[in-house]
Amino acid sequence: MNSLRGHSYSIPPSVRIRVLLMLMLSCLLLAANARGADSDGTDIRLSNGMRVIFKPDHRSPVAVSLLCYRVGSMDEFNGTTGVAHALEHMMFKGTPEVPAGQFSRLISAAGGRENAFTGKDATCYFEMLQKSKLDLALKLEADRMTHLTLAASDFAEEIKVVMEERRMRTDDQPHALVYEHLMAAAFMANPYRRPVIGWMNDLEHLRIQDVRHFYHEWYAPDNAVLVIAGDFKPDDAFARARRYFGDIKSRKLPLRKPQVEPPQRGIRRIAVKAPAELPFLLMGWHVPVLRDARTDWEPYALDVLVGVLDGNGAARLPRILVKENGVANDVDAGYSDTSRGPGMFYVSATPAIGKTVPQTEVAVRALLQRLIDNGITPDELARVKAQVVADQVYARDSIFFQARQIAMTEMAGIPYTTLDLQIEKLKQVTAEQVQQVAKKYLKDDNLTLAYLVPQPLHGRKPAPPHGIPHEVH
Amino acid sequence: MKFTSVAKFIVAAALCAAGPVWAMPAIQQWHTANGARVLFVQNKDLPILDVSIDFPAGSGYDTAEKSGLANMTQHMLRLGAGGMSEDDISRKLADIGAELSGRFDRDRAGLALRTLADASIRKQALDVFTRVLTQPEFPESVFKRERGRLIAAIEDADTRPGTIASRTFVQLVYPDHPYGLRGVGEPAALRKLTRDDLVHFYTAHYTARHAVIAIVGDVTLDDAQAIAERMTRGLPAGSAQAPVISPVHDLAAAETRMIPHPASQAHILIGCPGIARSDPDYFPLLVGNFVLGGGGFVSRLTDEVRDKRGLAYSVYSYFEPLQRRGPFVIGMQTRKNQVKEALTVVRDTLRKFIADGPTAAEVKAAQDNLIGGFPLRIDSNRKILEYLGVIGFYDLPLTYLDDFREHVEAVSIADIKRAFARHVDPDKLVTVVVGAAPSAGKSPSQK
Repeated sequence: MNSLRGHSYSIPPSVRIRVLLMLMLSCLLLAANARGADSDGTDIRLSNGMRVIFKPDHRSPVAVSLLCYRVGSMDEFNGTTGVAHALEHMMFKGTPEVPAGQFSRLISAAGGRENAFTGKDATCYFEMLQKSKLDLALKLEADRMTHLTLAASDFAEEIKVVMEERRMRTDDQPHALVYEHLMAAAFMANPYRRPVIGWMNDLEHLRIQDVRHFYHEWYAPDNAVLVIAGDFKPDDAFARARRYFGDIKSRKLPLRKPQVEPPQRGIRRIAVKAPAELPFLLMGWHVPVLRDARTDWEPYALDVLVGVLDGNGAARLPRILVKENGVANDVDAGYSDTSRGPGMFYVSATPAIGKTVPQTEVAVRALLQRLIDNGITPDELARVKAQVVADQVYARDSIFFQARQIAMTEMAGIPYTTLDLQIEKLKQVTAEQVQQVAKKYLKDDNLTLAYLVPQPLHGRKPAPPHGIPHEVH
Repeated sequence: MKFTSVAKFIVAAALCAAGPVWAMPAIQQWHTANGARVLFVQNKDLPILDVSIDFPAGSGYDTAEKSGLANMTQHMLRLGAGGMSEDDISRKLADIGAELSGRFDRDRAGLALRTLADASIRKQALDVFTRVLTQPEFPESVFKRERGRLIAAIEDADTRPGTIASRTFVQLVYPDHPYGLRGVGEPAALRKLTRDDLVHFYTAHYTARHAVIAIVGDVTLDDAQAIAERMTRGLPAGSAQAPVISPVHDLAAAETRMIPHPASQAHILIGCPGIARSDPDYFPLLVGNFVLGGGGFVSRLTDEVRDKRGLAYSVYSYFEPLQRRGPFVIGMQTRKNQVKEALTVVRDTLRKFIADGPTAAEVKAAQDNLIGGFPLRIDSNRKILEYLGVIGFYDLPLTYLDDFREHVEAVSIADIKRAFARHVDPDKLVTVVVGAAPSAGKSPSQK
């Protein structure tokens, strides 16, 4: 949506890794331990293969329609990167029935809000409205699932908007550039190496034919999951979905290749120069994600590990690196256990004034090594679990969050019906398991490390030489 | 770019509610023994309790010499209080999954707690909250560390075009007024701040008589009353007279500032002082601005700048009504060599809107959205909590939500034209462009 304006801020202002991911992928990833939707949803499969999941929420007379296609930037090819996201923009450019611009106008006039987001795994479209207007959203979504106009003239304008978006979110954001470079270095073969928004040169050469091709290949009912949440009865919600989507023909989807990343054979380091005052360090290790919510345990242990490192103000990273050592101005850890593609475990740090990237890196490594050697305390474990339990309850205060969580879980190939089970699994994680995954995965052969080399603005004096204390601290 | 969002409690957005068609949350109101105002909505749907408290202690009470004092005071509350170290506070809250966050804008500063409503859990959470609120210690070493971090973060943020743009913009819109200071402060002023400054500010501004408490969640009225009493018992009552922010004056003339920057996009901000929260033109401007640039994908600015010309990903306008006249802002980012064209389009769109007003169809569409979208605005405890805070702090009627539909419906084209003519003079606007190409250096106001 235009101009997100938050209502409070806190210091320090450095980008938190989860926020960072969200911003850059234009994708809403789930925070590792912010789970919540319980599995009181129900679901059906239409005869054309489309899944419909209904999540009841009777607190308010509102409805959410969230339609996700299991296709994202990981399904693109070199030369046409960014096509999934460009198509998302074009989905608002009209059909024969609903000309360009009308989609947003109709939803707005109904008092609704709409938008979309594209990620590596999926492309999702949502409407939030008063419950009496749900049919409008479903009708419009069904229409553009098959009847999108995709006019060359509209595309010529819209691709310029997409390039502005890339400039705004990535090219002029030093931390976003570091992340983009890290991914491109951490993955050689897997498509997760490419930015969701696409490389600028690919955007410049993207053609409407590329977009049409992508649309016709992937936008089909058997590649979609519709989540309806709100104040309805299940049968009522399903009947509405069937009415609008039931007659759409299924289609044979292209074959997806696994594109498994070859094992990493040693540490990778890259430097990124961009205008900034402070350096920045981003470390990423290859780790597993959930494939079987019932039998896997490592992803749950990694969730707990993130919490131990960065789950609260007294967690290890902020306590030791920011408060005790004073080596970092800001530090974060991040991991999402739910994705179609491979997982990454992140630690990022902004060195304190007078501290260097190498000094900060050494401090991060020492902290992790201590955890690997000595494990975590029962208090730390209990604290993370308490937060998981509370977050599960808090999540129910947002109907959209619940719908999104169901959809993203399904997009990753994990049944949404395991969401409650996942909480239980998290609660069963032991201190030994956390130590074990840290030892197994947070090692150099798995690590890619990208760091920002700040380029002071013209006319400013360069930052003080490394290692020499500055006016404060 | 959190540092640019100095004062963006989404006051305008938070108040876009409407209509008695749906069940309105029943607001109960009272004052604590020492004078704090309390607004409460019981909601038993979820076992959650949300509590917030706001004081007239935002950056509008800063001075240029001590710019950043209000923010630093608020920030330090949670970093040592009532015999607890900062880590003790974090751990005690994390142990029970509670969240204690800071609230801060130009007018208000305070705290918000979210906890499970279970009696023993909330007791522990409220105990920490109360101590943080009433017995902050402002430990000297923590203060120095946090000040250093903040200065470093500000200096880093000051290399970004968006930060430079918003900082310059408020300085030009509010010369000699605290709304022109950025909430986080200036490094030079922060370096001179002392712990005593914080203690002073806290003592003067965090007083019961001017506090507004909002409570939403699964507790009874008796519980809520006890909670509010316990929270505020340790606060000084404070003087009868609330602290004041001086009035805002009109701009004397248009002013344009072009600032070079190596980024690929230029950041553009255009605007002037807008309205106070108490202004009778609030609703005409709310509906009118929805048409101009507040309606997301259906606004005139989006249509002209993004849809027709592909000049920007994001273009918007908003009023930010405050205690005094908060800013009216139009903002966008565009590739550098398009700045001239973008400025012309934005200025033409604004001039035409002020001269001719919106069409009847546009007004109807805006009203439909504001009224029809009402349920979405109160569909969570969090959102209701924000309303209570705004209603309490700006002294809006308790029937505000009930009356909203009527107020929106009553707005006419003529009202909108009159209100815009009164508050936005297209010949007296501040324009800031950060990252302008050298060729765009001419003042665009000579259009």
